[in-house]
Amino acid sequence: MRLLRALLLPLAIVGVVLVTASAMPVGPTVTITMRYSHFLPASVSVPAGVPVTFILANEDPIDHEWIVGDDLTHRRHRTGTEPYHAERPSERSVGALSRVHTTVTFSRPGTYRYVCHLPGHERYGMVGFVTVTDDPS
Amino acid sequence: MRRVPAAVAASLLATALAVAPAAACGGLIGPNGAVNLLRTTTFVGFHAGVEHYVTAFAFAGGGGAFGSIPPLPGIPTSVEKGGDWTLQRLIRETDPVPDEVFFSRVPAAEAAGDGVEIILETTVDALDITVLKGGGDEVGQWAIEHGFRLPPDAPEVLDFYAERSPIFLAAAFDADAAAERGQAIGDGTPVHITIPTDQPWVPLRILSLGKGAEERVDADVYLLTDRVPRILPAATDSSGLELRHTAPASTSLLDDLRSDRGMEWVPERAWLMKLTVDTAAGDLRYDLAVDATGVAGPSRVAAGLEPPASSAAGDAVVATAGVSGDAATWLAGVLLVIAVVGGAGAWVRRGRRVPHGTGTDPLAPA
Repeated sequence: MRLLRALLLPLAIVGVVLVTASAMPVGPTVTITMRYSHFLPASVSVPAGVPVTFILANEDPIDHEWIVGDDLTHRRHRTGTEPYHAERPSERSVGALSRVHTTVTFSRPGTYRYVCHLPGHERYGMVGFVTVTDDPS
Repeated sequence: MRRVPAAVAASLLATALAVAPAAACGGLIGPNGAVNLLRTTTFVGFHAGVEHYVTAFAFAGGGGAFGSIPPLPGIPTSVEKGGDWTLQRLIRETDPVPDEVFFSRVPAAEAAGDGVEIILETTVDALDITVLKGGGDEVGQWAIEHGFRLPPDAPEVLDFYAERSPIFLAAAFDADAAAERGQAIGDGTPVHITIPTDQPWVPLRILSLGKGAEERVDADVYLLTDRVPRILPAATDSSGLELRHTAPASTSLLDDLRSDRGMEWVPERAWLMKLTVDTAAGDLRYDLAVDATGVAGPSRVAAGLEPPASSAAGDAVVATAGVSGDAATWLAGVLLVIAVVGGAGAWVRRGRRVPHGTGTDPLAPA
């Protein structure tokens, strides 16, 4: 129940990103590397309505986060107090020199940012963009 | 090629860690936001192929622990308590007291970092000092496991230095221990590090660690050599380096330095140069390479202008004039001091702007 609430809460607030958790990679796979406190690539394009698996590879010796969403999501996280993100597929903590994968389905076309909200990281440039298209290909 | 980092002063990080505002991730501020200020002043002397690196750590109160991790040009043969007045005397010779940059240290974790070789561990007063060897990632991991908090630019900066010299000195300053020892706010603990090396090098980029791109970096660098040194990059408005003083070191200064603990190696004659760094943190992408021999010129690699694999000494653009002479004589003494002034406007510029790049070396052997 707690997990369900955790999944539904951001949907209720944002109404933009539909996320589904999965233990195994499914659908298109996008690898995003974190190095020198930047995302590589800094922009990706994915289809709407399709589960997309993101492989998040942190090559830095410090922790990072990958939080994707709209402005409201990021505003919330800039002042948030959650020390670690693991329950929501669109919000993942990635420990130093480690990698995680998460599966996200974007329900609507648009452009969403992914940001590391650890202190100072966004200002340092740890920001990327997901362009969600109607084109299923 | 071995280099002499002088730096650091402050911040330094030295390699690694940094000063950052409370809102930023890693910097000097402890997790409870309560700390602590650290100041570091560093002095590096070079004589007969041995670098004498003297740095002082001071604090402004608070509790807990914090420290810094400056890069070193080589493996030190000793780390011991430094003299009492070397830093103050040298700074007083030319300018105001600089602030230094530090980074905070949170309670240490017990785990040891993999891939890091511990070269030396010692304690100087309230400072726990560890000299370690490793790559940027390994040193970063070690630092985190030992309670240091790294700002977001630390991974790149650690790699930058590790590619040039994989030796770092982690100094953890236990403020509680300092208080127990009766150290007052502003008291410094000088540490004298002896490092065999052959060419001075002053890490400057480290001073930007943890700062926003637009934040200012103000630093003072003191350089004492047997004759007029050559430096890279050139001291120009565009580089953010400014030559503020260049003259023979006074006899009284040298005598005072030589009379301090462990400073008997200070030569009878030397040339004193002071440079200031005043630039935006985002523009500070270089270190200060110093040609201590006058033979090959300062290294573009040491200056951070080229990656280590592509070039070494000899292809540098010489910034200041030096008169060629006997290399052995040139190696007879280099003293570097860097003092970092934390915070824009923290110090007032004094003295005249001194042109460089011309003139003969009055200390050159006849």
